[in-house]
Amino acid sequence: MAAGLTAIMKPASFDYVRPDSLAEACALLAGDEDARVIAGGQTLVPMLAMRLARPAKLIDILRLPELAGIREQAGAVIVGATTRQAQAERDPVIRASVPMLALVLPWVGHPPTRARGTIGGSVAHADPSAEIPLVTVTLGAEIMLATAQGPASLPANDFFTGPMETALRQGECVSAIKFPIWRHRRVGAGFAEISARRSDFAFVAAAAQVALDDHGRCLDLALGIGGVGDRPLRLDVGSLVGSMLESSPLTDAVNAAAVDIDANNDLHASAAYRRRVAVVLGIRALEQAYRNASAKSAEVAR
Amino acid sequence: MKVDLRINGQRRFADVEPRKTLLDTLRENFLLNGAHAGCEHGVCGACTVLVDGEAVRSCLMFAVQADGYDITTIEGLALAPGELSLIQDAFCETHGLQCGYCTPGMILAAHALLQHNLAPTREDIVEAISGNICRCTGYGQIIEAVQFAADRMRKANAPRTVAELE
Repeated sequence: MAAGLTAIMKPASFDYVRPDSLAEACALLAGDEDARVIAGGQTLVPMLAMRLARPAKLIDILRLPELAGIREQAGAVIVGATTRQAQAERDPVIRASVPMLALVLPWVGHPPTRARGTIGGSVAHADPSAEIPLVTVTLGAEIMLATAQGPASLPANDFFTGPMETALRQGECVSAIKFPIWRHRRVGAGFAEISARRSDFAFVAAAAQVALDDHGRCLDLALGIGGVGDRPLRLDVGSLVGSMLESSPLTDAVNAAAVDIDANNDLHASAAYRRRVAVVLGIRALEQAYRNASAKSAEVAR
Repeated sequence: MKVDLRINGQRRFADVEPRKTLLDTLRENFLLNGAHAGCEHGVCGACTVLVDGEAVRSCLMFAVQADGYDITTIEGLALAPGELSLIQDAFCETHGLQCGYCTPGMILAAHALLQHNLAPTREDIVEAISGNICRCTGYGQIIEAVQFAADRMRKANAPRTVAELE
């Protein structure tokens, strides 16, 4: 910096710490209520630049080895919190075992933000329109936490409590996400989203997963809606299990499940529009999931 | 705070405030003005650089976070002073730039794409530059530039067929 020039910087000043272990990170977080975690920073840094967030201390967890990596374990895929979105997008384990996550990742931001943005960061930020939180709720994933007292976990549905609000308490951070694997031979995922432009915030998003038997009968299914209310919602379409997912009962089931959705009203879209589009996208996501599951050969085991 | 950066193949040191972005550090501490400050909150892509080979927004990263990483800026792409990299040359050939403000970001985004995909479809290219805003060209010639660069890279050092030799 040339002498005499006053540095002009958009964020307010903060201390920066890069702890060597997860335990140290939790202790730092527990000891300072103005401390915040930073990993990829793709959401936090713009908030700092606009001074919407003014933490006194940033604790960089990105390089902690305990938080990295993707592994399959006991019927689940455990994705470390600091796994980059771009890395998950290319990962063969995720593609094979959590097809819904693989399907939504191209919709998360842009390639340069996915190169830095993390899976855990998106979950911890809890934007109601974000795709990764939607997948965790739809599939019933577990959010694994690191706390000053040791590891803990919460079902995704209990983790998200409101817009940008989670059940995380001071001294805790997300350490991994545990996505359940559907062991059926024919599993397919579907996803649909409406936004102002590609990769912008979703006004409404819908994610679905369907498992079929050899004859195309539905063995299991899951449907979730994002962007409509304060947090992602899983819709109950369990009545369709055992059916052939024909068009008319499918439409009826989604309509019935969406009846009491609490939809938000804002300058982008009215509550009535969101409710209507949630039903349409829910049907489209289920239909796509059904097509993708049908395309899997009935004979070949995964 | 002291940081140790590897910029365009050279080890560079700086003493920066934690809140100083990688973008400001590149421009002010190292006078690498090719990374452009546009929106400065991660929307426009003008500040794109490569971090360990991947396209990243340097306004969304603090210099202290980049400690120890390999950073490539537009100044680091050409093989020698006064020369252009193949992708830079392709942008000139196809008129892939007008005012030039978005161009370093576009070229580095294209560079990251072509490093792992030498036969990108039009959709691959559009996706790769989807986070980079250009207000002059309408994008058509930028896409052509990336296609042209990919074509040249595929053909470079490829064995020629007998028919081509005759």
